[in-house]
Amino acid sequence: MSESPLILIQSLRKRHSPDFELSIQSLHVDAGDVLCLLGPTGSGKSTLLRLLSGLDRPDSGDVRFDNQSVFAAAPDVTRRIVTVSQRPQLLSDTVRSNVEYGLKVRGHRERAANVDAALKQCRLTTLASRDCRTLSGGQMQLVALARALVVEPDLLLLDEPTANLDPAHVELVEEIIRESCAARQLTVILATHNLFQARRLANRVALILDGSLVETAVTADFFDRPTDSRTSAFIEGRMIY
Amino acid sequence: MPAVPNQLWEITSLSLRVSGTAVVLSSAVGIPCGVWLAFARPKYRRSLSVLVHTGMALPPVVVGLLLYLTLSRSGPLGNLNWLYEPAAMITAQFILSVPFVIGVTAAAVAAVPGELVWQLRSLGATPWQSRLTVLREARAGVALAVATAFGRSISEVGAVMIVGGNIEHHTRVLTTSIVLETRQGHFALALWLSAVLLTLAVLVNVAIVRAQGRLPA
Repeated sequence: MSESPLILIQSLRKRHSPDFELSIQSLHVDAGDVLCLLGPTGSGKSTLLRLLSGLDRPDSGDVRFDNQSVFAAAPDVTRRIVTVSQRPQLLSDTVRSNVEYGLKVRGHRERAANVDAALKQCRLTTLASRDCRTLSGGQMQLVALARALVVEPDLLLLDEPTANLDPAHVELVEEIIRESCAARQLTVILATHNLFQARRLANRVALILDGSLVETAVTADFFDRPTDSRTSAFIEGRMIY
Repeated sequence: MPAVPNQLWEITSLSLRVSGTAVVLSSAVGIPCGVWLAFARPKYRRSLSVLVHTGMALPPVVVGLLLYLTLSRSGPLGNLNWLYEPAAMITAQFILSVPFVIGVTAAAVAAVPGELVWQLRSLGATPWQSRLTVLREARAGVALAVATAFGRSISEVGAVMIVGGNIEHHTRVLTTSIVLETRQGHFALALWLSAVLLTLAVLVNVAIVRAQGRLPA
């Protein structure tokens, strides 16, 4: 662990329903990391991402982002964290308007160049004036990614971003994530149940089961030398859930 | 033909002025209230929705009677001297139309997926910015709320008859003229006035639908 991680989770607890509680004692993410949260559906990955964004509050514990609690930080701090969901909800408007939304709410007046760059990065330039209601699922996810990247966040939270996409769009989304990380020190936390995607994208992987963190390790160690029997079972597909 | 067609412009203009003012006021009050209701905590939303839906079913003559008693010389607001004035008619139409604006706006805003609000917040929108965006997403429903309020106002007769008195050159509007002409057996004229009223309703609704189409998204 480095001196000062970008994200530090401390004794985080969130009860979602009478029979489900997320409980993470400690987890850190350094700047520039791509951390993949692995786990079956309903294990608590999305709940954790919502807490990390600061928009959902825990029952106890804290999430520190750049040495500040995300639950008490000023908007200009929390605006450095952006989330892309599995099912993007786009505005009934053009692709360009959707992409520039984050800049608009931040009061940026000169938006055109940034929007053009984000559209180009997400291969959406030719679709800029298209109504989002006419896009395919894959194109909608690209718009969601573009509107997140255009604000140049320090932390990008991705909640199963390719769960409903065809292989071509999965490849494209992964390529855009890789390019964004290479272009600047973007930190990514990606929730997925896709082991192959975790291998392809992450430099660290964490397994969450039933709301608890089972194991966190560098990607190669996680897959090749897991220390927990549940991790081995999950990787080898022996875990029935 | 009787004298009414000569006063047609005056009657039509007063109808539009009274109903238009009532709709502007009920939209100014009702749209923000509708948005607030849509975002209110479930326990408040449920009880307030019952209140709003009851307001939608308010009998105009009951509203007219209560407003008459309130504005009459001995009533609590008698000193306003609004009775038998267009102001009283606007107030009556406002009371009758505002529950529609609140109810339909709340339903339209509530129909926007809740996940959108969360995603807008995660993109950096403040609670106010996200609510305004959601309101814009619900613009078709909001336009419907305004159109419904206009329909309720322009076609209202019981309350405006009681508080306006159907006074010639002063508080006579299309609906009260139709009632008067029907009572006097001038059915052709009553039908003619009805056609004007219907045309107005159609024109205003077409204007609202067209404006809705031109609204920036």
